[in-house]
Amino acid sequence: MNDELLVRARGLRKEFGDFTAVDGIDVDVRRGEAFGFLGPNGAGKSSSMRMIGAVSPVSGGELRVFGLDPATDGASIRARLGVVPQTDNLDEELTVEENLRVYGRYFGLSGAVVAERARELLDFAQLTERATDRVEPLSGGMKRRLTIARSLINNPEALLLDEPTTGLDPQARHILWDRLFRLKRAGVTLIITTHYMDEAEQLCDRLVVMDKGRIVAEGSPRALIDEHSTREVLELRFDVDDHLGSAGDVDGIGQRVEVLPDRLLIYTDDGDVALDEVTARGVRPMSSLVRRSTLEDVFLHLTGRTLVD
Amino acid sequence: MGATMATRGPAPMTVGTRLRAVVAFYAVVYRRVWRGSVIGRFLNPLLVVLSIGFGLGSLVDHSSGGVGGHDYLHFVVPAIIATQAMSVALGESTYQVMGYIMWNKMYLAMLATPLSVTDVLAGHLLAVALHLVFASVLFVGVAACLGAFTSWWVILAVPAAVLTGLAFAIPIFGYTARLETDTGFNVLFRFVVTPLMLFSGTFFPVDQLSPFLRPIAWVTPLWHGVELCRDAAYGQVHGADLVHAGALLLFIGLGWVWARWSFTRRLVV
Repeated sequence: MNDELLVRARGLRKEFGDFTAVDGIDVDVRRGEAFGFLGPNGAGKSSSMRMIGAVSPVSGGELRVFGLDPATDGASIRARLGVVPQTDNLDEELTVEENLRVYGRYFGLSGAVVAERARELLDFAQLTERATDRVEPLSGGMKRRLTIARSLINNPEALLLDEPTTGLDPQARHILWDRLFRLKRAGVTLIITTHYMDEAEQLCDRLVVMDKGRIVAEGSPRALIDEHSTREVLELRFDVDDHLGSAGDVDGIGQRVEVLPDRLLIYTDDGDVALDEVTARGVRPMSSLVRRSTLEDVFLHLTGRTLVD
Repeated sequence: MGATMATRGPAPMTVGTRLRAVVAFYAVVYRRVWRGSVIGRFLNPLLVVLSIGFGLGSLVDHSSGGVGGHDYLHFVVPAIIATQAMSVALGESTYQVMGYIMWNKMYLAMLATPLSVTDVLAGHLLAVALHLVFASVLFVGVAACLGAFTSWWVILAVPAAVLTGLAFAIPIFGYTARLETDTGFNVLFRFVVTPLMLFSGTFFPVDQLSPFLRPIAWVTPLWHGVELCRDAAYGQVHGADLVHAGALLLFIGLGWVWARWSFTRRLVV
């Protein structure tokens, strides 16, 4: 990794009529890093991503990608990017291989180059056996891998992945993450949006937490957790309809208590000690769990809301 | 730093490379369906000539001695070259375009590459034009074998039909890009296409229409296309045909401005 900035945004804004989707964000993405936009649906992640991908005009502020202005050099920027959109836009009537070949030509690659690249990418995406099959009957995970393979046809310097594993089963997600790690090791800059905190923790060197079009925190997953949460969390569930009433029972235990509709979260550096205190007070939760803090806790602390609702 | 990094990357593509890349996509799509398409394109003129040309034609010729000194067969088939071009154009510019915008979002996939909205639109229209050439050549060829034409000038009906098809396809590309649901197509088919088929001088001369309806024919692309194809098939190309061709080119030109505006509004947000 070096300090070369692939993306530099200052006060970047995106408006749709009266609605402000991105409300003045500053972002720096360095060559070779895996950078994440973490936030719930509607936080402005995809809008930011589409502006960086030079497909959506900037409403305000400044944006440079590879040092170029998307308003004037959109085609040159897009020539050096790979894009994996939120929903796969493959032609499902065509074969796996045809999808790759057709797409390669959009970048001005010759038939011979595309054929060679397609062979490598099918191998990378573990789709070689399905090369001549139509796309339509493939599984969700396979289609996603094909979309990623397609986005790599031009040997991009940076890959934009919008919600790369949304809608996939756990096994398919892990296969995909493994492929993305390989790309990262090969030096491809990854820019990822996600509302899954585990995905952000797994993949991102550095991320920004977005909420309502703004950046509310920035840093590595570890640093964000250290800064905005405690080491451990004690989760308690009670046999009640509303956990707000139970919050008083554990008042003063740990550093902070968050109340969710279905459970209480006690933030503390030692979850077991906190659980002992709860038990010593004679409070009997239906179930209890001690775990490490995650980015989900960071988001909850910063916004008072959960990521996935 | 910005300057050095900005100079990296592949060389820009020429317009020709970009358009060929888009047309190549439609060629691959077409390769999957060409058998059904060829059979349809072959059967269509055969059935039209047999039923309307010979069947209805014998009735017309028997009762009124043809139309303006021509057998009904020779009157009606050239017009159907133009209406067929209109049908092909409609097939390519309605559900297909909506699908590429809304359903499989193929246009957005293209726009994530160095291609521009103009490339995507022009490339697709070029593919439509090639399809129109193919469909018109096949129609004229089959109908000619059945004796539907009296002059070799009918070859000029092919470019006339292509212009007619594009005069519909291009504005309808613009119309489709403004739609949120496919119910807008019902309006198009019921209130534009069906009346045009009936009142554009296809099956009977527009002189037979009431004077109130005649101006409608004059402002529709189909009537101009029908007149061009018919004059070509009669071997009677004359000055008025320049006006007809000009009218079609006007639809194409204005349609292009509208379609590009409409595509940009829809796809670049």
